Amino acid sequence: MNRYSIFSLLRNSVNYHQDWQRAWRSPDPKREYDVVIVGGGGHGLATAYYLAKECGISNVAVIEKGWIGGGNTGRNTTIVRSNYLYDESAGIYEHALKLWENLSQDLNYNVMFSPRGLLHLAHNVHDMQEIGRRGNAIRLNGIDSQFLTPAQVKEMVPFINLECRYPVMGALLQPRGGTARHDAVAWGYARAADAMGVDIIQNCEVQGFKIENNTVTGVETSRGSISAKKVGCVVAGHCSVLADMAGFRLPIESVPLQALVSEPIKPILDCVVMSGSVHAYISQSDKGELVIGAGSDLYNSYSQRGSFDVIEATVGPVVELYPIFSRMKMLRQWGGIVDVTVDRSPILTKTPVNNMFFNCGWGTGGFKATPGSGNVFAHSIARGDMHPIAEPFSMYRFISGALIDEGAAAAVAH
Amino acid sequence: MLLIECPWCGLRDQTEFHCHGEAHITRPLDPDSLSDEEWGSYVFFRNNPKGLHYERWEHSHGCRRWFNAARDTVTDHVYATYKPGVAKPEIES
Ligand SMILES: Cc1cc2nc3c(=O)[nH]c(=O)nc-3n(C[C@H](O)[C@H](O)[C@H](O)COP(=O)(O)OP(=O)(O)OC[C@H]3O[C@@H](n4cnc5c(N)ncnc54)[C@H](O)[C@@H]3O)c2cc1C
Ligand SMILES: [Zn+2]
Repeated sequence: MNRYSIFSLLRNSVNYHQDWQRAWRSPDPKREYDVVIVGGGGHGLATAYYLAKECGISNVAVIEKGWIGGGNTGRNTTIVRSNYLYDESAGIYEHALKLWENLSQDLNYNVMFSPRGLLHLAHNVHDMQEIGRRGNAIRLNGIDSQFLTPAQVKEMVPFINLECRYPVMGALLQPRGGTARHDAVAWGYARAADAMGVDIIQNCEVQGFKIENNTVTGVETSRGSISAKKVGCVVAGHCSVLADMAGFRLPIESVPLQALVSEPIKPILDCVVMSGSVHAYISQSDKGELVIGAGSDLYNSYSQRGSFDVIEATVGPVVELYPIFSRMKMLRQWGGIVDVTVDRSPILTKTPVNNMFFNCGWGTGGFKATPGSGNVFAHSIARGDMHPIAEPFSMYRFISGALIDEGAAAAVAH
Repeated sequence: MLLIECPWCGLRDQTEFHCHGEAHITRPLDPDSLSDEEWGSYVFFRNNPKGLHYERWEHSHGCRRWFNAARDTVTDHVYATYKPGVAKPEIES
């Protein structure tokens, strides 16, 4: 791998940028791998990267049915934070946030992580109690969290309409939260994993599993059969489809979640502002577009497009909170299929099939966890036993009852 | 999926309805005898298919009655809606 640096940039500019190496190879699948990762989103690619980098396992393939990052990784609103209520969540999301902080250096790829600060607005007494409880819990876990008055909110976002239909009564701020460039996360992990020998195989769909004596021995794909000692499935909205191929069910429902971006404008908003109650969350990308997250449709769907009324329910509150945006034009709108659990916490787990692991259930809010999730999932696959940070997120918590209810921290606000 | 046929009110806009997930899940007849695994599976585990799905809907902004629907989760096409208690229709999908 040619390292990216100011010098390589200068050297290549002399040749009009004609000689850049491809960022990753495009190999044909081998007959056998130590580990096959199904799903080339951020979480799957990160898993492969940490398997090679930290676990000494580089005979790994990432098998993606489309192109890498074309799933929810390339469709999300890129919000990164670690301010969840429970200790288990603090464990995994803060592990991720710490990795985000050095990720560009680690991967030698600019993922444009921007800890620009993230506000959760409170619009009623209940919201104030929720941020009070959660804010204090977060602080007890040693994670940054501050309470703001409406006047302080106004200082950060001068054009906000505090006296709107549901007036802003306060806010919770995570200064280290922010955004990152979603595509770059997929590409950066892919390039760094490829450099350590991981095969990234695109346009290859997993259509079934080879299972002998209740132990997985490989995958059947659209490009033939591939043997594997261990299989990790990281396919987000399609996890139930893969579980069905393996003969078990998951406590998950798949629903569309939408987002939209505006025409680009000059810098106006330099933090992320989220509001669960009125459902408006917004940030400004480095290109200048407003990035707006909409809600999810409340019925199962794999259609990758949401209902029209959801968009209306999103832009309404945005305009109420920020009247200055009322005449902005929206350029693009899309949907992704998210894998939702009832406790709004992810599933990292062993399964009823030996040597088969699942990492899913990140639902509406898994982008922020990408590095941490890949890291602990890689260690879990390598040891054959779940990493302590991943352990509480087993699918069997829905049998034991040890749910991790992040409804308030995660359900609407991603 | 813009229009859904309520078995009582006829074709109405989707925004009048709420979906309540997988249909035809039988409530355990003898709850005391259930193992944790059976309870977990009854309460939380779902089929979540890509394709034909039998599910419960409520006409929440209309007659407020519940009914079942057979819908394709890829195209959002509603094959049929039917009253509770009626056996699920066989659909060629
Ligand atoms: C509109 C929207 C906004 C969001 N906003 C945020 C946010 O602001 N912050 C946040 O933290 N999270 C957010 N999320 C959630 C976040 O995007 C996801 O949780 C996260 O990206 C999941 O990553 P992943 O790698 O697990 O899945 P994906 O990126 O979806 O990757 C899964 C991959 O598996 C592949 N696949 C599926 N089936 C097969 C098969 N049979 N064979 C081979 N490959 C297969 C798919 O093609 C896909 O590329 C948002 C999601 C959406 C849709
Ligand atoms: Zn009706």
